[in-house]
Amino acid sequence: MMQSLLRSAVLKSSSKQYALAFAVLCVFFSPLLRAQDTFHLEATNSTDRIRIAVAAFKPQSADPATSGYKNTFDTTLFADLSAAGIFDIVSKSLLPPSAPGNQAEMNLAQWSAAPASAAMVAFGNLAVQNGHIVVNGFLDDAKNTQFPQVFVKQYSEEASDDQARQIAHRFADEIIARLGGGGVGIAETKIYYVKQTGQNKEIWEMDYDGANQHALTHLGTVSLSPRISPDNSRLAFSALGREGFQIKMFSLLLNRMVTFPAAGGTNLSPAWAPGGNQIAFSSSRTGDPEIWTSDAAGNIARRVTSFRGPDVSPVWNPKTGAQIAWISGRTGLPQLYIMDADGSGVQRMTDGGYATSPSWSPNGQFLAFAWDRKYGPGAPGGQDIYVMEITSKRWIQLTHDIGRCDFPSWSPDGRHIVFANTPDGKAAHTRIMTMLADGTQKRALTGSGADMPNWSWK
Amino acid sequence: MTLQAKFWKGATLAVALSLAVGCHHSKQPLSNTNGLDNAPTSEQPAPTATLTADPLAIDIGQSLVLNWRTTNATSVVIDGIGPVPVNGTQTVSPSNSTTFRLVAKGDGGSTEASVRVTVRVPVVPVAGDSTANNEAGGDMGTDAAFHQNVQDVFFDYDSFDLRPDAQQAALNAARYLAAHPAIKVLIGGYCDDRGSAEYNITLGENRANAARTALISAGVPASRIRVVSYGKERQFCSEENETCWQENRRAQFNIDR
Repeated sequence: MMQSLLRSAVLKSSSKQYALAFAVLCVFFSPLLRAQDTFHLEATNSTDRIRIAVAAFKPQSADPATSGYKNTFDTTLFADLSAAGIFDIVSKSLLPPSAPGNQAEMNLAQWSAAPASAAMVAFGNLAVQNGHIVVNGFLDDAKNTQFPQVFVKQYSEEASDDQARQIAHRFADEIIARLGGGGVGIAETKIYYVKQTGQNKEIWEMDYDGANQHALTHLGTVSLSPRISPDNSRLAFSALGREGFQIKMFSLLLNRMVTFPAAGGTNLSPAWAPGGNQIAFSSSRTGDPEIWTSDAAGNIARRVTSFRGPDVSPVWNPKTGAQIAWISGRTGLPQLYIMDADGSGVQRMTDGGYATSPSWSPNGQFLAFAWDRKYGPGAPGGQDIYVMEITSKRWIQLTHDIGRCDFPSWSPDGRHIVFANTPDGKAAHTRIMTMLADGTQKRALTGSGADMPNWSWK
Repeated sequence: MTLQAKFWKGATLAVALSLAVGCHHSKQPLSNTNGLDNAPTSEQPAPTATLTADPLAIDIGQSLVLNWRTTNATSVVIDGIGPVPVNGTQTVSPSNSTTFRLVAKGDGGSTEASVRVTVRVPVVPVAGDSTANNEAGGDMGTDAAFHQNVQDVFFDYDSFDLRPDAQQAALNAARYLAAHPAIKVLIGGYCDDRGSAEYNITLGENRANAARTALISAGVPASRIRVVSYGKERQFCSEENETCWQENRRAQFNIDR
């Protein structure tokens, strides 16, 4: 039974785009399955990854700012390709000493031979001209001696350290798009989160790698649960006012708050339907907190659930827009459920413990969530991040013994999960971490005081 | 204190009822003029009477004006005042809440009208309460007296059901609130800092609503209660032990200013 389910999952994934996310999960499932040819075909580990060398870019202007921007660019590009999770990056110490600035200067034999043994080489040049950074980026196939060039791109932006990083992100995404089995890169994506400052919490934004952290809201109250719209233009969240928590809307295009109607009771945890024309949220306007949906302007509100007990944290199936996963306390401790968007077909997914904060994978087949499986006074449980395959309800645990984890959010390519972590369990020490969807390559993106991350859409 | 409180609850109710009933009374004779009951004295139209009071509620020591109008009446008597003209007004200053009852008699029979007036008697202040009255002349009481009488409700772990002791506390709170009609109540729902922020806000909402329901069941009008759930935001303490967690698992009552 299990075998056939997973085999079909793998077959479906031959659309390539999500092959890696499946593959890493399958690595976890595979010990349960004995040998299965289908799995070995799809499984990806570091030896199967594309070996890529990233050359230091060649400075091509006398402007004294050039070397600073070049260092920022080189560092960012290397980090982007390392974080992508699909490359085996040639260690810097194994690279040839030359720094080719263009195709004519490239001697591929040096790069394809041991010890670099690169299959692909990214290289190019950077210059500062008339207050602009101009970057020419090349990607070569080192094994193709006759026509090695995969692509060449030119970028030109106003000179600043931030733009040097943004150009590196765009070049990295271009490489990932070509080599990532059809999957898009995420180096240009953003992460929205909650930043604690004293008693208050504001909504902040940062690049996917933790750079460029800055505040968006200045409301002077407690703002929670930022959720970015599918067109990346609006941010829904909830903020504490005189009448309790209410849904609020921030326009990233206008860089200010826009109106959203208030309703009775507590209204929180908004979630966007993939079309961007509907939101789901928790509202207690009729007394008991239930899941409601409305259009994106907050009108035509409609109640979806109706059971005594808290219902909160809805999230839409981003692939179909036809299902909602959410957290309900209808049987006591909060559990993970899914239902059709009209409230029918309710299915409980977790079998106990304390489950919260679902995030639906972009391919629609997995739910990431926070789960304390041994919850209770004096119980030994810890709250960790789990991923569940929806059709089989089988799960894997992605975090272990790093303190309390919560609020997982999938990257738009489905390869990464960002989450909140507090090493000692104290709320004030919460920080944002990222990892691959198989739980590897964990690293912190922020210091203390950052919580509730939400990854932007592509 | 207790008796007064009960009396007050009753009095408020009585005003509401008598308003409706008084209105009905004043119209009854009109509707009866064509009724079969008056057939034996068909030559003489039945008397009609209305009795109003302005204002309907006063503080003790203040006065109000009774105003009555009758038709087809030959003698009119108001209980507690005695025989009065068929139409007239009178200023009275009752020391207790009173139902003024008017009986109008005429050749066509007799009819009655009544009006209930409420006299607000200041509650005997609790110790330290004397400076409490605010500029509105209301009886807001002090925060200390409020918290002494309207005690926070604590909840079991991950529960929003009221404990038995909380039910009793709600009755005490309702009694105090009935005696201080100027007070509006803000109920804040709180959770301990374990668990997840979003879920805890809905749990806090259910806790505050449980306390609200208990107050309403005990007779406090819903319009005097505002509910806000804070979840695990704005906590009272941040230690990682059961004492602190219990401290945070509560519905807290405050005067809503």
